[in-house]
Parts: sequence; structure tokens; C-alpha cells
Amino acid sequence: MSAHPNGSAGGAIDNAIDVAGLTKTYGSGRGARTVRALDGLDLTAPHGSVLGLLGPNGAGKSTTVKILATLSRPDSGTARVAGHDVVRDPAAVRRAIGYVAQRPVTDPMGTGRENLVLAGRLQGLGARDARQRADELLERFGVAHAAGRLVKTWSGGMARKLDVAVGLVHRPQVLFLDEPTTGLDPEARAAMWSEIERMALGDGMTILLTTHYLEEADRLADRVVIVDAGRVVATGTPDALKDELRGDGVTVDLGDDVAAASAAAVAARVPGVVDVAADGPTLRARADAGATALPALLAALDAAGLGVRAAGLSRPTLDDVYLRHTGRSMAAAHRASAGVEAEEVAA
Amino acid sequence: MSAVTQAALLTGRQARQGARIPVFMVMNLLQPMIWLLLFGQLFRSVIEIPGFAGGADVSYLEYLTPGVVMMTAMGGAAWAGTTFVQDMERGVMDRFLASPTSRGALLAATMAWYSLVGCGQALVVVGVAWLGGARFPGGGAGVLVTLVAVALLSCLFAALSGAVALLTRQQEALIGVSQLLTIPLMFLSSAVMDPALAPDWIADVARYNPFDWAVVVARDALQGFADPGTVWLHLGLLAAAVGVMGALASLAFRAYRRAL
Repeated sequence: MSAHPNGSAGGAIDNAIDVAGLTKTYGSGRGARTVRALDGLDLTAPHGSVLGLLGPNGAGKSTTVKILATLSRPDSGTARVAGHDVVRDPAAVRRAIGYVAQRPVTDPMGTGRENLVLAGRLQGLGARDARQRADELLERFGVAHAAGRLVKTWSGGMARKLDVAVGLVHRPQVLFLDEPTTGLDPEARAAMWSEIERMALGDGMTILLTTHYLEEADRLADRVVIVDAGRVVATGTPDALKDELRGDGVTVDLGDDVAAASAAAVAARVPGVVDVAADGPTLRARADAGATALPALLAALDAAGLGVRAAGLSRPTLDDVYLRHTGRSMAAAHRASAGVEAEEVAA
Repeated sequence: MSAVTQAALLTGRQARQGARIPVFMVMNLLQPMIWLLLFGQLFRSVIEIPGFAGGADVSYLEYLTPGVVMMTAMGGAAWAGTTFVQDMERGVMDRFLASPTSRGALLAATMAWYSLVGCGQALVVVGVAWLGGARFPGGGAGVLVTLVAVALLSCLFAALSGAVALLTRQQEALIGVSQLLTIPLMFLSSAVMDPALAPDWIADVARYNPFDWAVVVARDALQGFADPGTVWLHLGLLAAAVGVMGALASLAFRAYRRAL
């Protein structure tokens, strides 16, 4: 491991990514409505760790990654990647990072091998090194059989693997993966997860991964940062975040939103049931002792004349963590952001 | 890795893409053939108008050929921004910008590729005109200087098209460049008609039209360098225009990044 040239920069030496007080506002030309994408975001990722940036669409995940990858400039705040300031020394940051955007980063009219070799050479590898590294990555990601075919003929899962391979071609110190599995079928997603796990273990690279899949963050990330409306609302290891929530998760399916809202009012009065929220047609709550609280809750709902379709107890999930910190489930946040987009289109 | 090497690598990418869709290049050549053979026939007798440049020594096909060479080059380069639009629609442009790839290399690669294509097409157009009976006393030197002018004109419009692509991020805007800009520029020039016989204002506009500068260079060079001073002056003007447009296009990268 080479010495860090900016080792004098205090605490930054221990962290591959160091972000403090980042703000970014987008002004939309017409209508003069400004959108505050980041509102004082802080995060750090130690060398060699996998940091999961979790949040619904519009939470500020992609904006954060774009600033860290030197594509976009923050309005205020500081960000250092691999010891270099992204605003003052973007060239040094660019040499140290790999960036896999949310959209495909490969050229569909080039073959898989051509894409990798060109990316390697643009990153400074010599012609032979680039070819060797391309073959190595094609093999490692299990797409060597398609290496000579134009990428436009590749399946979505294979093309996404190639995107990640392109980000890795120059062995970056820090890799940004912006929603690496969005749009993939479950099988391709599972394959991508294994790849990312292997990368994290083998290469000693720092990975920042954005996702709106809770199970993805749970499985891959050493530490999770939950972002909502441009701010960090919770941070910690997935287990620590879940452990903060005592007891069991209670879910009751009431069939429709109105019934769920009425049920929430009833449930709040049942002893031992806390953190009650209606999430669409589902009632969500927590209970210290689920096995005794659930029958009491069902009896109360029955007494109130509310029909129950299904009910269950679960160990806390990251979704419960998210609900706890933002007051809504990820699914509800997605519905809300989809609603806002529809409204903007209609306006 | 130097920006020149990067530009060469990216030009190679453009060449591979171009070679994979040969139909575009064939289509690009179809149009000049129509100009050359149809226009050349239809307006054959305009040279008989008293006062037409060159008079009886120059056939209309010989007069028209440098015009068609430059129309082909300009028409092709006006679409140069398409690569940028496609790269921006995907995450390719963002990946380049987040890597040590120089913006100048991205721009230079597009300019170089369209210059090469323009030169190849110019040779075909001149060859077809020759088969059609046109003769060019300028010879090899005339063709060489014509190719320099083709390269400069291609660079100018490739930079313009790239800048429009970066600013608008829309293919539709490039249709605007190719339809609304290049067609008036063609007719406000000496490409198909001697401006001396057109209304004065057209001759005045043509004097400031970079497309006409390229036509003037090619025509004088192909016809035997009657006025070398004009050739050098207009090549210099074209080179300066390329410099200015190239600088504006680099600024357009900044505008694109601000929109991210």
C-alpha cells in the first residue's frame, strides 16, 4: 500500500471518502422552482469498506455520487475522495476513482472487449496492459463468451456487469456504483451481488453503493447511510441500525387505506404496541413482545369492526429502520416521489 | 497519457462505429451525387450568362464540383454532435468526464473523424466529376489544398454541432443545425451560382460565410491557383474560425457539467 500523499490532512487519512456539510440546489429555469437536492449531507467511508447510500428516488443519492465523481460541483461543503478535494483537485480524484453511472456506461456499438480496452487506455494503461486487463475482467465477470459481440446485443444483466467491469479496469482506489442492480431481474441481481461481494473482499477497494433496495444494502454494505430529502437521517452497520429497534415488527393487512388509517388509531391504544403507522393498506407497528401484543391488537381491531386479511410478526428489517427515521416506509416514499413526478409532468 | 493519444483512441472508436453503420456513409454520398449529376445537368447553361465566373473556360460541372465537395463536408459534420447526444443519453459521457479523459480530446476526436470522412467523400466527388468530364488544372496540389479546406470546414461544423449537442442534449437541435443553418449557408455562397450575378446583398453575406470561404479556396485551387493570395487568406480565416468554435465548444462542456 503506497503512502498517502495528503497524509497530513488530519483525520482524512483514515477515510477514502470524507464529506461534510454538502449542499446542492438545482434551479429549474421556467417556473423558477428550485430543488434542494442536498441539504448539509455528511458521510465518511474508511478505506476498504463498502458504504451503502440508501434512500428513495430524489433523496440525493445520485447527486452525492456525481459530486464525489467530480461531475457536479457542490454549492457548499467539502468532499475529499482518496485524500483529494473534489473541487480543488478534480484531476487527482479522477485518477483514483471508477464511476458506474445509473445509466449504462458502455458504448452499444462497440464490443465488450473494445469497451474495456478503450476505457483502460483512456485511464492511462498501455495497449498490452489494457488488453490483458480486459480479458481478465471478461473472464472474471463470466461474460468472456460474448466479448466479441456488440454490447447492444447483450442481455441487461450481462451489460450491467460490463458497466461495473469498465469502472474497475484501472484498479481504482474508490469505486462508485450508482444503483448497480436497478432494472435487473432477480437472478441477474443475485449474480451482481456476488460479484460486488467478491470485489469488496478481494481488492481492498472502497465502494460507495447507492441503492433503493433494502436487502441490497443489508447484504453488501459494511455501513449504511440512510438519506432522506438531501440529509442523512441514520447511519451505522445494518445490524446496529436494526438492533436500535427493540422488539418485533408487526404488520397487519387490512385491505384498503381507509381501514388501515382507522386501524392505526385503534392500535395506538393497545398496550405494548408502539411506533404505529399506516402504510397504504397495511398497518405497521412495533412490539416488545410480539407474541402477546399481536393477539391483543387483533382483538382490538375485531372489537372496532375492522376486518383483518393477514397479520404477521417479523424481526426488524432495514425497512423498519427507514420507517422509524423518516416516518414512512421505502415503498411509501417511492409512491410519493412517483406522485410528484406525475404532478410535474401534468403541470 | 497525452490528450493527443486519447484523441487518437477516441477517433478510432468513431471509426469503428462508422464502419459498423456503412449505410450512413453511403447515404452521405448519395446526396452529393444527386447535386453533382442533377444540378450539373439542369443548370448547365447558367455559365452562358454574360459575366459568369470563369466564362467559357469553365464548364458548370467544373464550377459546381468544389461547391458540392464542401456541401458534403458541411452536411456530414453538422451531425457530429450525434455521438455526444448518444453518449449523454447513456452514462458514457459522464464516465468520460469522471475519468482523466481530456475534454479537448473528446472534441478533437469528433473533429478528426468528420475531417477524415469529409476528405474521403471529397475524393469520391472529385473523381465522379472527373468521370463526368470535368477537368481540374490545379492537379494534385489543387486536390491537396481542397482537402485542407474540407478538413477545416468539417472541424468548424463538427465543433458547432458538438457545442449544440452539449448545450441542448437533444438530437432534435442537431436537425435544426443541419436543416436551418446549412441550407441557407449553401445558397448564400458561390457554391452553385456566381454571387456576382446575384443581388448585391447575397454577395455581401457570402463574403462573411465560412462555408463560402472553403468553396472559394477549393475552386481556385482546383482551377489552377489563379489567385494564391485568396487561397491563403481564406484558409487562414477558416483556421481562425475553427479556433474560435473549438474554444466555444469547450465552454459548452462547462455548461453541460453545470446542468448535471
